[in-house]
Order: sequence, then C-alpha cells, then structure tokens
Amino acid sequence: MNLTLKIWRQKDSNAKGQMVDYKVTEISEHMSFLEMMDVLNEQLIASGEDPVAFDHDCREGICGMCSMYINGEAHGPDRGVTTCQLHMRMFKDGDTITIEPFRAGAFPVVKDLAVDRSAFDRIQHAGGYISVNTSGNTQDANAIPIPKHDADLAMDAATCIGCGACVATCKNSSAMLFVGAKVSQYALLPQGQVEAADRVKNMVAQMDLEGFGNCTNTGACEVECPKGISLDNIARMNRELMKASV
Amino acid sequence: MALDSKVPKGPIKDKWTDYKNKINLVNPANKRHIDVIVVGTGLAGGSAAATLAELGYNVKAFAYQDSPRRAHSIAAQGGINAAKNYQGDGDSTYRLFYDTVKGGDYRSREANVHRLAEVSTNIIDQCVAQGVPFARDYGGLLDNRSFGGVLVSRTFYAKGQTGQQLLLGAYSAMNRQIARGKIEMFNRHEMLDLVKVDGKARGIIARNLITGEIERHSAHAVVIASGGYGNVYFLSTNAMGSNVSAGWKIHKKGAFFANPCYTQIHPTCIPRSGDYQSKLTLMSESLRNDGRIWVPKNMDDVKAIREGRKKPTDLSEDERDYYLERRYPAFGNLVPRDVASRAAKERCDAGYGVNATGEAVYLDFASAIIRYGEEQAKVKNMTNASDADIQTLGKAIVKAKYGNLFQMYEKIVDENPYETPMMIYPAVHYTMGGVWVDYNLMTTVPGLYCIGEANFSDHGANRLGASALMQGLADGYFVLPYTIGDYLSDDIRTGKISTDTKEFEAAENEVKERIEFFVNNKGTKSVDYFHKKLGKVMWEKCGMSRNEKGLKEAMVEIKAIREEFWKEVSVPGGAHEMNPELEKAGRVADFLELGELFAKDALTREESCGGHFREESAEESGPQKGEAKRNDEAFAFVSAWEYKGEPAEAVLHKEELEFNDIELKQRSYK
Repeated sequence: MNLTLKIWRQKDSNAKGQMVDYKVTEISEHMSFLEMMDVLNEQLIASGEDPVAFDHDCREGICGMCSMYINGEAHGPDRGVTTCQLHMRMFKDGDTITIEPFRAGAFPVVKDLAVDRSAFDRIQHAGGYISVNTSGNTQDANAIPIPKHDADLAMDAATCIGCGACVATCKNSSAMLFVGAKVSQYALLPQGQVEAADRVKNMVAQMDLEGFGNCTNTGACEVECPKGISLDNIARMNRELMKASV
Repeated sequence: MALDSKVPKGPIKDKWTDYKNKINLVNPANKRHIDVIVVGTGLAGGSAAATLAELGYNVKAFAYQDSPRRAHSIAAQGGINAAKNYQGDGDSTYRLFYDTVKGGDYRSREANVHRLAEVSTNIIDQCVAQGVPFARDYGGLLDNRSFGGVLVSRTFYAKGQTGQQLLLGAYSAMNRQIARGKIEMFNRHEMLDLVKVDGKARGIIARNLITGEIERHSAHAVVIASGGYGNVYFLSTNAMGSNVSAGWKIHKKGAFFANPCYTQIHPTCIPRSGDYQSKLTLMSESLRNDGRIWVPKNMDDVKAIREGRKKPTDLSEDERDYYLERRYPAFGNLVPRDVASRAAKERCDAGYGVNATGEAVYLDFASAIIRYGEEQAKVKNMTNASDADIQTLGKAIVKAKYGNLFQMYEKIVDENPYETPMMIYPAVHYTMGGVWVDYNLMTTVPGLYCIGEANFSDHGANRLGASALMQGLADGYFVLPYTIGDYLSDDIRTGKISTDTKEFEAAENEVKERIEFFVNNKGTKSVDYFHKKLGKVMWEKCGMSRNEKGLKEAMVEIKAIREEFWKEVSVPGGAHEMNPELEKAGRVADFLELGELFAKDALTREESCGGHFREESAEESGPQKGEAKRNDEAFAFVSAWEYKGEPAEAVLHKEELEFNDIELKQRSYK
C-alpha cells in the first residue's frame, strides 16, 4: 500500500516543531508500524535527510519504550497493543496517517517523536517499592499464602509497562492509571501493607509535583492502555489515599 | 597468561559456604568511600546495583534506555527455576545442578553451576518479599510449571511475563536506593569504552544519548551487565538496542571472551514473514508444556497446505508426524531447546515446512484443549458435557495459562491459535558465550566484573529454559555483592579516583575520534545495510548447524563486510544531538568484529556440543544416529580468546573443565 505520513519533527527540546509530510510506497500489510517507520527512515537516509527519531526497543510490546500518538490515539487504532505490535493491516492503501509524540506537559519532547518520561521514574522513587533488603534472608516464599484472587489482581495491576499511553490519552494528562496500578499491586498483597499509607501519600504527592492532571473519570486511559489496566486501580488508589489521610 | 578460575577447594556442596566464610569484607563505614559502576540495568545489573547500594557502596548505574525498567530482561516470558521442591516431585539442589550441567552438554564449570543451584531458592524468597506477583494455586501457595530438559516442575512464573515482574522487582529495589541517593542513575547513556589505570578497571567513557556529550566516570570497580550478543545475527529475539559493545570494548582492553560460538536458537518463535522484518518474536517455551509439535507425514499434504487447498485441522492424527514425540519418547515435546530446534530444521530441510517460506512447523493445542475441557467438565460435575462445552471449558484454561502469548501471536500473524495450530520456527535467542570470568565473576582485568548473560559462566553450550532469569538474579543479588568485597577490601584507602588523568583523556579521545569519523564519513550505505549483510552470513554459516567450509567462508566474508563498512557507511545527523543512527553504527562496528571471532571459535571447536552443532561431528550409527557427538577427550575446555588486534589473530587460552561430581555421558533425551 501507499501512504502519506504527517509527522511531528522537532530538532530538540528547545526547538519549535512542525508537522512534515512524507510519502511511503509498497508497504506490506504484514509489517509492523515501526517496520513501516524503518522503511521511511531508510528512504530519508538514502536521500541525505535526517531520519525520524522515535523510541523503541523490544518490539514485542513489553518494554514500554515505544510511544507515538497515531491518528489521534496513543499506540494507534488497534486495541491492547503497543505501537510496535500495531500492524499495517489496520490501515488502507491511500491513507494519510498523522503521527505525533505523546503530548503532556510532564512529558517534554526530546526529539521528533521521542519524549522524556522520567517523571514516571521519579514517582516510583517516591514509594514504588517494598522496603525489604536484598539479602535473600527473608522468610520462605510459601510462608504467607496469598489468595489466588488477590494475587491475580495484583498481577493484573503489575502488568503496566509504564509507556505513558494513559497520560497521553487523558484530556487532563493525568497519571492516575499508572500510579493507581503500582499502588494497587502492593495494596493487594500482604507484603505491601506495612508501608501502604506512606506509599500512596508519597507517590500521589510526587505525581502532583510533576504536573500531571487529575482524574475526571472519562475512562479513556483504560481504553487506550495496551495492557488493559482497569480503572478499578484508580478507585483503589483513591480509597487507599482516603484511608491513609483519615 | 594462564587462566585461573579461582574455584575454591573442598567438596562441591561446601565450596560456596566455606568460601564466603573466608573472603575479605569491607566494613560498612569504608563502603561509603567506594564507588562502583554498573553498566546495564537488566536482572543482573539492576539487582547488583540495588544490592551494592544497599550494602553501602556508591553506585553509578547506566542504561541506554530511558528507564532501567526497560532492559530486555523484561521480555523473558516463561519463568524462573528454583530447587524449592514445593511439588515434592524429587527436586533438590543436586538435581538442579545436575540438570543444568547435563543441559549445558557438559561444557560449564561445575562449581559455578552448583552455587547457582544453591542460591536459586533465595531468589524466590527474595522476590516474593519484594511483592513480585508469582502465580499461585487455589490454596494460596506458589504454583510451578515444567520446562524443557528436566523431569520435575521447578519453574516459578507470573503468567507469561515472569521477566517483566522480576525486572520490576529489581527496579523497585533500585528505586529505593535511587531515592536514598545511593544509586546515581544515568538513563539514556551508553558506555563506549573502559578506562584502565595501572592495569585496573577504574572507569568508563559514556555518551549522553540526548545531548551527545562524552562523559568520564570513575569508580573503584566496574561491573558489566550488558546482556547477550544475539543481534550479531541482525534478526533475533533480542531488543533492537541489545548489543555487544560493552563486552567487546572490555575484550579489546584485556578481558578474554569465552565460547563466542555458543548460541541458543530457540525453537518456539514466530516465523519470519518478509525482508522488511526487523526482529523475531519469541513465544515462551512454556507453550511446549501443552502444545504438540508436528508437520504432515505426507509431502502431498505439505503442498496442499502451502497452496491453501488444505488446512492443518483437516489432517487426521494418522497424517501427522509428531516428530519430537517420535524421536524422543522420554522427553517428547519437552526436549531441550537445541534438540527441539535442530529437529525442526531437520524436518524443514527435508521439505516438510508448512508455510510459504518452508520454514515453519505446527505447535498444536487441540489435544490440550480437549484434555483440560474434560477435566473441567468433571470438576464442574457436567456429566453430559457436549463437545462444544468441552472446547469452551478447555479454551478458558488455555487462555488463563497462555492468554497473553496467544494474543501476541494473533496480533502478529493474524490467525486465531485457539482454532488453528500456531506456526513456529527457531530463532536466535540467547548467547551462552560471553566475557570470561573466574569464580568471583571477575574478568581477566582486575576490578572488572561481568555478570548475567554478558558473561559465559553457567550454561555451558546450551541453556535450559527458565535458567537465564535465575542466573541474572543469582549473580546480581547473591554472588557478586559478596565476591566484589574481596577485591574492594584493598581499596579502602585509595580515595576518589580522579577522571582528570591521561588514561581518561586517552580513552575519551579515542571515543571522540570514532564518533567524528562516523558523522563525517561520506559513505553511500546505511548502517542497517551492513548489519543485515552480516546477519545473513551469520545465520547461513554460523547458525543451527555449522561446517568447516562454511565457517572459513564466514570469516573471509565478515572481514570483507567490515572493510566495506569502514569505507561506505553513511551516518546522518551530528555528534552533539540525539542520533540513533550513530548509536547503531558504533554497535554494528563491534558486531562486525565479534562475528569473525565467533566463526573462528566455531571453526576451532571441532565437536558438536549443545547449541554448537558441527556437521562433521554427529553420531554415525546406533540409536543416537544423527545426534550431536561431543569429543570430551579433546574439547572439554572453555575457549577464552585474547584480543590481538584483528579478530582472526585472537589467541586461544584453554580453561580445562574438570568433572568430579558428574559423570560425562552422551546427553540422551530418548
């Protein structure tokens, strides 16, 4: 198929960016979206132009490095996938595809389609851990039975890949799905209880400090999340915060 | 230089305990004055950084990704082994040790493997304490599954995302230390050279991948945890950025590189679909617990399937060749990875491949769905369950076990694996070879350590499934933090290492010169052009089976590609900005050297062992006909290569392997 791409180009974080049109031809429907971008970049290199910078690494939907806001949706039109798992069969010959970076005040553009998501790391530094030392001299792993239901819910929350699609999608640029997922993972497990109150307070405080917006329950984040993280996690985080604050 | 593995004396089961009791330690007050650099933040690097910081050292950690959480350990799916024997099925430290040495085709160091088996149980305790949500049974206890090459269930898992959960566990431990200021994290930084002062590793030169700035970082010891070099094949299951550069740079500065030809080609990957393909996707070996691998028995059916006249589901049981079950009745579909991969290649080479490229076999869940469905019908007391009911119940169980893998397959291939068998083909996945280390995990350069997949140590010539995560975390959490103290105890009075010295300056200048060359070279071909060309030679001549003629050709061809690369490579953009093509150019330049050493190593090892299959060395008759034939008389050693300028001129040093606790045998899975 032949496609027109409208891509955000921005030299660095201080430069002024703009949309630029490109054409790519003979794109196979079996290509992944990033393989289509590889084709474009090979083309740009051959013609002496600067290739489009974008973040990517594992290309199997788990590292959370790839981003891109494609035709107005984080990770593009498919559901339950990251951009690297999005395939060109989702598009038609002759389509025009608009490709922007994830847009949020807390995610400044680094170059072209790559953004700085270090705010997510700083939220984790504020409390995204259980304070246990790594000596291995802990109690036996089977000493605390955990109901399968709780363990499964904790696993569902822990599945978050930290890509930031939730923030990019939210009209308020809220990070509550991301933070809610981490808070929930530990809130659901007995190991996480001792520090639960401090954890949720510190993580939420850091989230606010980074400039992420609040949640107004539109639920767009859940729809666009490549890992299907549930809105229940936001509710659980709010409950944990209430518990910690009273 | 003679290689000294520094394996302690004494009975194997006491070596590690006795050794730990006697090595030098650094007292907590002194640890505050000692800096350690850790390059890479996967399971090995992340866990090492966290533990070293917790012990009190000042850690500087480096990752090329934008966050330590994104290292490629995250993509490991199936699980992590530990000799907990929670299932009461006969597992023990000895059995895990034995399975690992046997699985590695008797080419690993016994003492290291035994230590790995000993600390495996600590890992599970540790990770559960950190909040890693391992799968549990209805009684709330930890669940296990089986992996290839063993007869017990000792694999702990978190759905199909075990690597992700373990890495996030290590990341959380790092976060705790970053918050305390004990780890200084350098994201989007790439190590470009090692700095030695008076023969000791004392720092690195790194590039800030956003600004392009070249930075000097000093420390009392340097730990390399940069993963494997599977991307030398261009197409592999590694991440796009996975590279050998840290390992290769230290090799050029004196660290010996061991067994580069030991590569694992993983049997259950999604077959390639076209030339544009940028990477291959692995599906967990755990699928072989329930999936049955087959190709059609008759060539007519193969043709009909390829031409779309028949579907795989049209073939009756009699018309299918479950070749692993046929050839290896004892282990069936759960033979080790190297055996399963070669068997798939054998069928496809014979013309039985089931897709258009002729490079695919089926992995079929139909009988597992029925088996689970019937079981569930009994559990639910459905005495008159229809076939449709059984299908529904069975699919629900399969979905619970492998749902994310099935979804991933469907997204890539656009076929529903609940209804039609998956197609799979082997792909490069893991490299057992790597930087040579002694029992302390120290390289041949004093103060320079190498852990995780980046070193060569524990898996011999073939790694068993679910053992990579075990080794990464064992090295990082439980081995290195002890052994590094023994070395650093001499450094308590050294004081801060200055970066304002001629050694740092020289290393920095060398790095800068190379970068200037790339951005100024007016070549005509992109970096990927050379990388793909290298990958093709590697796959065709250093792939699943190798022979003398091919390997000799590979050495000549790789050298020629390298020479062309240095003339014709074109790197757009500048040095002082974010420039992914420049990053790739540096990595491919190193792959082009490693590739040649790889071929030389494979050529030198005139035997078949594990993932290294030499066509000249196969059993000629008897029940094992066609299987790999080891030569213990001549090749029971580790090949450790010393850099001498050109890869072809590398000098071989042998570490003889002694087997005192395990008898060397033909590895039989029949």
